[in-house]
Order: sequence, then C-alpha cells, then structure tokens
Amino acid sequence: MSATENNPFNASWTYDKAPESTDHIQLKEQYELFIDGAFVKPLKGKYFETINPSNNQTIASVAEASSEDVDKAVHAARAAFDSWSTLSGRERGKYIYRIARLIQERAREFAVIESMDGGKPIRESRDIDVPLAANHFFYYAGWADKLAYAFPNKTPKPLGVAGQIIPWNFPLLMAAWKLAPALATGNTVVLKPAETTPLTALKLAEIIQESGLPKGVVNILTGAGATGAAIVQHPEVDKIAFTGSTAVGKYIQKTIAGTPKKLTLELGGKGANIIFEDAAIDQAVEGIVNAIFFNQGHVCCAGSRLFVQESVASTVIQKLKERMEHLIVGDPLDKNTDIGAINSTKQLETIKDYVEKGLKEGGEIYQPVCDLPKKGNWCRPTLFLNVSQSHTIVQEEIFGPVLTVQTFRTIDEVIDKANNTPYGLSAGVWTQHGAKIFHLTQQLNAGVVWANTFNKFDPTAPFGGYKESGFGREGGLQGLRPYLKFN
Amino acid sequence: MVAQLIKMLPDLHNIPLFDATGVNERIDRFCKRSIKKNSKASGLKLALSMVDLTTLEGKDTEAKVRQLCYKAMHPHDLLKDLPSVAAVCVYPSYVGIAKKALEGSAIQVASVATAFPSGQSKLSVKLDDTRFAVDQGADEIDMVISRGAFLSGNYQYVFDEIAAVKEVCGKAHLKVILETGELDTLDNVRKASEIALYAGADFIKTSTGKIQPAATMQVTYVMLQAIKDYYLATGKMVGMKPAGGISTSKIALQYLVMLNEVLGERWMNKHYFRFGASSLLNDLLMQLVKLDTGAYQSPDYFSKD
Repeated sequence: MSATENNPFNASWTYDKAPESTDHIQLKEQYELFIDGAFVKPLKGKYFETINPSNNQTIASVAEASSEDVDKAVHAARAAFDSWSTLSGRERGKYIYRIARLIQERAREFAVIESMDGGKPIRESRDIDVPLAANHFFYYAGWADKLAYAFPNKTPKPLGVAGQIIPWNFPLLMAAWKLAPALATGNTVVLKPAETTPLTALKLAEIIQESGLPKGVVNILTGAGATGAAIVQHPEVDKIAFTGSTAVGKYIQKTIAGTPKKLTLELGGKGANIIFEDAAIDQAVEGIVNAIFFNQGHVCCAGSRLFVQESVASTVIQKLKERMEHLIVGDPLDKNTDIGAINSTKQLETIKDYVEKGLKEGGEIYQPVCDLPKKGNWCRPTLFLNVSQSHTIVQEEIFGPVLTVQTFRTIDEVIDKANNTPYGLSAGVWTQHGAKIFHLTQQLNAGVVWANTFNKFDPTAPFGGYKESGFGREGGLQGLRPYLKFN
Repeated sequence: MVAQLIKMLPDLHNIPLFDATGVNERIDRFCKRSIKKNSKASGLKLALSMVDLTTLEGKDTEAKVRQLCYKAMHPHDLLKDLPSVAAVCVYPSYVGIAKKALEGSAIQVASVATAFPSGQSKLSVKLDDTRFAVDQGADEIDMVISRGAFLSGNYQYVFDEIAAVKEVCGKAHLKVILETGELDTLDNVRKASEIALYAGADFIKTSTGKIQPAATMQVTYVMLQAIKDYYLATGKMVGMKPAGGISTSKIALQYLVMLNEVLGERWMNKHYFRFGASSLLNDLLMQLVKLDTGAYQSPDYFSKD
C-alpha cells in the first residue's frame, strides 16, 4: 500500500503477528456446576458448548443448571449463611483477600481464557479486566471488618442469599463486582455467568475452592435464561443483583414484584460523549475511540452517541476517521489487536441489523479499510454521520462498535439532546474549561460523567444508572449498601 | 497545493490544546504495540538509518570526531546490508574535520549553532555562528530557540530569529531545537512548534541533550501533531528529530510506532525523521546481531567511538 491522495498519512509499516501463548493455560473438556464447595454434575445431565467467537471452535462443554440444581445451590447457600454471616469481618476479609491474591497469581491464565471465550483483545483482558477484578476483591476485603464505620449508628446486617446474574461483556470483572461486596457484607451467593462466557467464572470457582472459603458461601451455576429465571423466582433468595439488558431487567422487576426480595439492576445505556470546541481535540479523538471501540463496543456505559460542537465538527470527524485507520481488528490473542471478535453470532446479527437500519433510515456510514479474518464474528469499527435524535440507531442500544455522530451549537441544546434518552448510565465531556465541566456534570442525567477521559473504572468509585439504566450502585462504599439491611 | 510561503507569525491564540492525561493514554497505546520478527528487523534497520550520531562536548577533539565519522560509515562491518547512519552532529569548529572524514559517503554533517545550547547571545553573534558552520560545509544546522524570549511571551522575537537563521542557512537544512525540557507545558511545546514551523524550519527537534528531561514521547507526539496540522494547512512536509534520552532499541521502536501511526509512511525515512543519539547506535546493532544469530553478544564486540 502506498500513501494515497485520500490519506497522506497512510501507515505502511505493518506489525507481525504477536500472539500471546496459550500453552500455560489449563482448561478441562467439561465443566460441572459449583455447588456447596464441590464440582457436581447437573441433575438432568444437560450440557452446552462454549464457543471461541474468533474461530467458532468449541472450547469446552459446560453444565446447564436446571431449576432443581438452582434449588440445591440456594439451599447450600442458605445453610452456609448462618456461620458465614456471624464470622468476624476480619476473618471474612482474609478469605476475600486470598481470592484477590490467587487471581493475581493466575492473571495471565485468566486473561488468555477471557479473550478466548469472549473475544476481547488480550491487551484489554490483560491490562483492564483481570487486574480490575483482583482490585475489586482487594478493595472489598478492606471493608469487611469496617462496616460499622461505613454506616455509623446503623448496625448493618447481611440480607441472606444473593442471586447474582451477570453478562457476557466483562465475565470475570462482573463476577468480581458482584461477589466481592456480597461476601464482605456477610451474604452467601448463587451466581450465574452468561451462557456464552462461563469459563472464567468457573476458573474463579476453582480459585474459590482453593482459597478454602467455607462450602456453600459461593455457588456458581452455568446456564442460559431459564437458569437465571429459576434463581430470580426461587423463594429463598433474598436479593437479586442483575447486570444485563434492560428488557431482562424489566422482566426481573415484574417477577419479584410483591415479594420481599431486594433488587439492584445495572442495565443498558446510550452514553452521550460531548466534544466542545475548546477541547484538546486530538485527545478527544482518542477518547471517542476509547468510549465506543473499547471491548468491541460491548460496554453498557459506552459513549455511543457522539455530540460535536459544530465549529470543530469537520476537524474532529476527519481526525477520527484517520485514527480509525490505525485500529487493528482481528485475533483477540494478538497483543497488537485493538478490536477483537464480536462475542456471539447472535450479537453480530443484532449489530448487523442495526447497521442496516441505520442505512435504511438515511445515515451516512463510514468504516475504515481493514482485513478481517475469514472465520469468526467480526465487525469493522463503524461511524454513522448525518443522523438525528429520531434515528433508531441513535435511540437504541446497539452494544457493538457503532458510533452515531451528531453536531450541536449551544450548551443547552447538547444537554437537552444528551438527556433525551430512556437511559442514564454514562456521559463524557471534553473541554479545557473546568467551569463548563462542572456545569454539565450537574445537568446531565447519568450515573457517571467522565471529564476529558472515558471508560475509566475503579473499585472505589460507585457505578450505576438513572432511568432505564437501572438502580443501585456497585463499587465504593455505596456498593455495600444493596447487600445490607439496617434495623 | 503548496501555499505561498509568506512568513508570518501564526495566530497563537487559536492553536490546538493538549491534555497531558490524554496524551499519556495515546502514548501508552503506542508503547503496547508488540514489534516482533520481520517488523522488528525492518524497524531496527530503519532506526539505524535515522541516527544523527552526535558528540557535543567541550572535550571533543579532532581525532574523536574522525573516529565518530568512521563509526558512522562502518557501524558494524560484520553484519551485511546495514545502512549507514543519517548524519554526524558536531560543534561548528569540527564541521570541516567531519566533512573531510565523511567525504564520498552519503552521510550528512550537522552542526549545532546559534550559541548552542543556551542561545543566550545576541542575534548577530548567532548569525555569525551559523554562517561559520555553513561556510565550513555543514549540510544541516541545529539551532536553538531563545527560550527566555519565548517564556516571556515575545513570540515575534523568536519567530524573527528563526527566520533570520534560516536565511543564513542557504541550502543547509535547518533544524530548530525547542528545548522542550524548559518549556514547561505541552501547550507551550505546541506553540513553539507552531512558531518554528511557520518561520521556516525544515525539522523541529526536541532538545539539546544538555537539559533534562530531553526527548520524551509526550513532547514528540505533540510536535508530530503540529507537523501534521502544518502539512494539512500548507502542504509542506517538515521533519522531526527527538534528541537525548533515546538509548535503547525498544524505545526507538516505540518512537517509530508513533511516527507510523501519526504521520505515516511518507515520514518513515531519514529525510523526515532522525534520532539525535549516540549510545542508541550500539544497542540497535546488538539487537540486529541478535536477530541474525539468535544470541546476544557481549558489548565488547561492538566498537565504541
């Protein structure tokens, strides 16, 4: 390739393959359910396959938990609750701390398996998912013996058995977000990972077993929607924590209405990423890339709606297009990969449908030229220009590497448009003027507003949504509250 | 679409801003590229061909400069198909020596000038300094900007000074050293780049090597962006030279990744990118020998000149 008229900055130095080695990982051919401290076969003997989305090969077969298995797991959790909840906070903290250390020790193995099972680039699973998961356990290990200080004069008590259902976009990290605060507060858990990405949760079960955590405190059941429904409906579950789609969140809320079950939901989003003319433009462009192409756009808090001030719109769009030329799409295990595989064939279909809809509704599409592998689920990073608030792709969560671009003229206009969505999870503001940042953080209806950065996570910072993005907070001191009662 | 080159100080109130956190994030992505096998071999050779082999010491002697020139032409004769370095960079008083020693080779002689490294002298002295180096046969002049004037806001002075030196350079290429280690902020680095580019620089260069920090990826990134925007505005390609502190192949490859992904292939050659370095050369050679033989060799097998 040579420098073209269209792109005077064409890069011709291509990087040779640099795959992370897989010879150090340990995977079984078949995985069982983790109930009452042991790996047991599912009562109905059913299994399903988990697929590597980058080549569509089967990695392992995994047990499918029936409602009978759920019942067994809930009873194990119930039986473990009395002794676990009365164990001193300091002792509970030791177990959680041990889990964190064990994750760190096996960080490389976890990162490789996460990329194989879910399709995310190894750069992200290695540098973000796995270290953050360990950090969540470390952080909440610290709270276990300080609950009385977290809620002074309130006598916090655990709720009982928590049913936790997690999504496929950050499999290990979401397990950590759910387990760590539940354990620190003295609850016992039945956790269900997503059916397309069960492996790191099952590897986590091995770590939990190795840590010597009392049996029954954590039970991990694999399965699809029916398994999740059985957990939600089980009468002896005291609390449901769910991260996933808004549709399923609504179903859960309906199902448990009228029961004493407590609920936290972390659902979809359609984050507004707002670029002002006085922003550091090159860094804002990088921020746009991090906001929407991080984890193939499978991020509930992704900055999927871009708003650029009209005076800098053409510059930003030109720079963004040029930046996108340098994104490498391909093998998740290659250390140079920027965008990995779409998590499942089903999700790829969903994304394709939205792209078609965007075109049909008159959006102007832009995708960089890049070679895609022949096998597997792939989607080029995609921009949609010339769209408005009325376009379907602007309104609905796509959960893929697809960004809609709109322009704005005034601050009030962009606040209006940013809030004009049923969601309220995240937003980003780019300006070098501090006062403008504070003005927007007060006006935007979003659980998190990032200023001059995007998609930054920390165990000490609460995370959660407004409106149809859910309720309850995870992370930070606030993340303890949904697992406690005060009386 | 080369625009009419009427030299005018650009409007510095309206230049792009830089956010250090965001710049670091972008740099982080460059540094995480994993350069292996053929891409590594080609990168190392490219880096070698971009080296401005430098000696800028009070204790320099004629013999030392001659030795350096020989090294520049024969980096490591045991390895076949090695390019020579791009240039040898010396003080004006050694330009004649270097010129003679490098006769018949394609290696350029670069000379620092304009009261290097501090630039604390009056314009006429700086111009004389430059003229002397050019008369001695320098192909390239590495000038320093007046940081004092820049920091006090006297941008016109800095601009005029560069333009005056450029005129004296004649056919010699002008590299303008911003001395980013004294400019304090990335926004200042961008501002100084802007002044140098519009005043007629053929290259912009980070540092003298006498002030810490010398070249960093952060300031180099800001300067590459300035070169990019200047190209978009005028159609003129300007080169970049990070200097000082780039001592290992790994760092050099990271700079090349950045160059590749910011300016692209037209800048990926010695006409538009240089490394101002001395110890880098032997590290590049060691890595190249390692790729060739599969084993690292003792540093004693690589000549130190």
